[in-house]
Amino acid sequence: MNSLKAKIVASWKAVVRDPIIPFGVVSLLLLIALAIAPLKDHFSEWRNYQHQYVRMIRTRGDAVTLQRHFQGGIRQIWLPKLGVVDRCQTCHAGLDEASLSDVSTQPFAAHPVIPHHLDEFGCVVCHRGQGAATTVAEAHHSKMAGEQPILPARYIESSCGQCHHSTLEGTPKLNQGRTLLTGYGCVSCHTIKLADGTTMTATDQPPPLTHIADKTTREWIYAWLKDPASYSTTATMPNFNLSDADARDISAFLIADSEPLSGDTAMTPAVASNSAADPAAGASLYGESFCASCHAMQNAAGNVVGGNLGPELSGIGSKVNAGWLQSWLRDPRHYDPGTQMPQYRWTDQQLQLLTGYLQSKTNSDFLANVHLAAATPAQIAHGKALVSEYGCASCHQIRGIRKPDNFAPELSRVGSKPLEQLVFLDGMQHSLPDYLSEKVRRPRAFGTNLHMPVYAFTPAQLEAVTTALLSLTDRSFTLPPQLQVPSPRISNYQPAGHAGQLMTNMNCLSCHRIHGRGGDMAPDLTWEGSAVQHQWLDAFLKNPNTLRPSLIRRMPKFNLSDSDRAELTDYMMTVYQTPAFERDSMPLTGYAPAEVEQGRQLFYSKYGCQACHIVNAQQDKGYIGPVLTQVGSRLTAAWIYQWLKNPQALRPGTTEPNQNMSDDDARALTAFLITQKTSLKQEAKQ
Amino acid sequence: MKRILWIPGMIALLGVGCGHRAAQTAAPHATAAGSALVESSGGKQLGMPGTMLPQPLVVQVNDASGNAVTGALVEFSGPAGVSFDPAVALSDSSGQVSTNVTMGGGSGRFELTAASPDKSGKKFFLKVTELSGSYQQQVGYEVNEKYCARCHNSESSAQRVSNYDNLSVKPHSFADGNAMNKLSNSDLNAIITHGGPALNRSALMPPYGWTLSKAETQSVIAYIRLVSDPPYRPAGVTYGKQ
Repeated sequence: MNSLKAKIVASWKAVVRDPIIPFGVVSLLLLIALAIAPLKDHFSEWRNYQHQYVRMIRTRGDAVTLQRHFQGGIRQIWLPKLGVVDRCQTCHAGLDEASLSDVSTQPFAAHPVIPHHLDEFGCVVCHRGQGAATTVAEAHHSKMAGEQPILPARYIESSCGQCHHSTLEGTPKLNQGRTLLTGYGCVSCHTIKLADGTTMTATDQPPPLTHIADKTTREWIYAWLKDPASYSTTATMPNFNLSDADARDISAFLIADSEPLSGDTAMTPAVASNSAADPAAGASLYGESFCASCHAMQNAAGNVVGGNLGPELSGIGSKVNAGWLQSWLRDPRHYDPGTQMPQYRWTDQQLQLLTGYLQSKTNSDFLANVHLAAATPAQIAHGKALVSEYGCASCHQIRGIRKPDNFAPELSRVGSKPLEQLVFLDGMQHSLPDYLSEKVRRPRAFGTNLHMPVYAFTPAQLEAVTTALLSLTDRSFTLPPQLQVPSPRISNYQPAGHAGQLMTNMNCLSCHRIHGRGGDMAPDLTWEGSAVQHQWLDAFLKNPNTLRPSLIRRMPKFNLSDSDRAELTDYMMTVYQTPAFERDSMPLTGYAPAEVEQGRQLFYSKYGCQACHIVNAQQDKGYIGPVLTQVGSRLTAAWIYQWLKNPQALRPGTTEPNQNMSDDDARALTAFLITQKTSLKQEAKQ
Repeated sequence: MKRILWIPGMIALLGVGCGHRAAQTAAPHATAAGSALVESSGGKQLGMPGTMLPQPLVVQVNDASGNAVTGALVEFSGPAGVSFDPAVALSDSSGQVSTNVTMGGGSGRFELTAASPDKSGKKFFLKVTELSGSYQQQVGYEVNEKYCARCHNSESSAQRVSNYDNLSVKPHSFADGNAMNKLSNSDLNAIITHGGPALNRSALMPPYGWTLSKAETQSVIAYIRLVSDPPYRPAGVTYGKQ
């Protein structure tokens, strides 16, 4: 033992001859160790960027101002209420400098102008990433558990959607994505709850399938199930990638399940007439009735033209049976009480013409190779099982099958889904936006037992849907409630009484909006009773003529009976009055000629109204606003006056600018306009 | 000595292992060469940061006598962040090359370059400008579409008939940089807010100050500045060397 000790001491002495040397070495090591921290700090990435920034601003015209604004060191925005600690401005030193807007080299570019200030929201609320980090790698690209990498610029609009649940003017992609989510049935299977307490509701109206056998054939259902896009490129029905046998069985079940509806296939008695034999008469009735406002159809040049409120009609003749079509055209609500299609009250002869015209629009390729043998009970039973399995009843009304609850995973917070919970495909980028986009593009690639259908989205639509999904974040729910901008309340306004029934029947609200409910294709009618004169409204409902020459969508003629029309006119004139002013508070006649003349001068010189409106058809050319040649017979004087004073107060969002007109000017212009009663015939004579 | 022999072996192995990352898709082989590039379509589009432009950029390769050249190599390049699909391609039977352009992260004007080698291998170029709108400019675009474009844009479509031809005093196109760039931001603000007569111009331009918010007016100005050609450079600020 002693010998070992002696050996150690001896070897110690051999190595360390003088104790001062190890002391020196250890001190040196300590000094180096102490120097590491300040050196690391000195050579840190962010200091390097700050040095570059200082060198850059030295070359600028406003160098002195920029230098005065610059603060060295770690800069931090701390917002405890939002849970934000952002040090991004440490490197992004010029974010707040408007004069650096021409700088495109990062990290020194100025932030583009947005309605929020950096100090109120910080950076990561919109851009994601790790705000507290001070290296690029950690701040931008960290994918560690619970950490989000920076959001690619093309999805940046999703961040606006965390608080703004209503449509925003500057976020077209987010708006489009949300419209797709509600319009393509996504929210029929996936529940999406928003932070403002509302749940997204579907806006598409898939037809009920309870009486489907009256409407179409099993062959058509089969071909449609196999590939909806080959029938209509604008179809909102997705492709379920069904096998031939599955499509055969589902079509068998739907036909067997269908219940005949009385009178649904009744043909009108054939009307002998010369025009019935004329194929052009059907086409012109289709045109006159403005069917193209809602329905698209392939024209002679091969382009699909028309609106998208109703289904495309290019191949309608291959789809529906003639008896059903005639019955549908006579009264659409008999077959589908929830349809947006109006009842036109066509005569039997017109119905025959239109049916003949539509039946001639066939798509011969669509059913070319469909040959189905009679269905067996086993096939029908299997079809029923498949209908439940694929959740068809989430969108469609089907006899004997209830709408399933929570059929697909809830997506209320899908925009914050942690990466470690995702299964990526081979060769995919490991990021949430890429996952969501790919999951929507080819959902079946992610597993063999998945039922999510494939939508034929364009790349732009795919990006929009991904943007809308990315807006559904955890942060959206944890932000202070006062920041939430709620989605517009859904109005359930319903016109009352017999007139209300007529309006429901004609589906006025498919195009017009009243008290917050309805479409935006045609003018808002909420205050129509204060705006127009009784006689004019009655004549317009009898024979609608166009007020705005530049519009391609126009009011169709609904062929109301005299008594129905009188009732509807009375109802609108009485009920749709604004409380803001008295309709008859200004006279329709009796204005002094001097005042009328003053109004004319104001119209043509001071206000230049002829830029958009026509009063004198010979000389005025304005083409944007309504033609005013007969405005004195159409509008009330009080409405004209109030409209001139503040158009947006009467109809929010109207394009007519508020000119901040004085009372005298507005009165003179009203006097001038109310005298414009010349009928077109008289004017033609002049 | 034997140990040292290991090293080249390891390096070779490393090279093989990492090789697939470094490998690049082989550039197509040019079968012909032109002498000039012209823009066919897809220039001056308004896109959004990080987003693919709505229309592809199409350029055409011509020879000295102006005929289309098939099989010429065209390379696209742009500022950092801008990507092309495809970035390198051969001209088709009509001499054209089409590429989808995805804008970079920032907003503003992007100068893109298409390059093609002539017979001697020397490259000739075509510069194309594309625009990328910030949030404010996007709002400006929407406001412009609703209120301004009906008169200021002389092109008509089935959905939107232009009112330009109906006006006795013709409004300036927002892209007309020679006219628009002469107006300062406060001039534009005055015209939009108080109408044409504010600057002794036509009353056919109505005031929008009681219709648009101040932010909307500013956004329209930002949009006008983005689309003007030649580009707008604010007076007063001196630009140093970059």
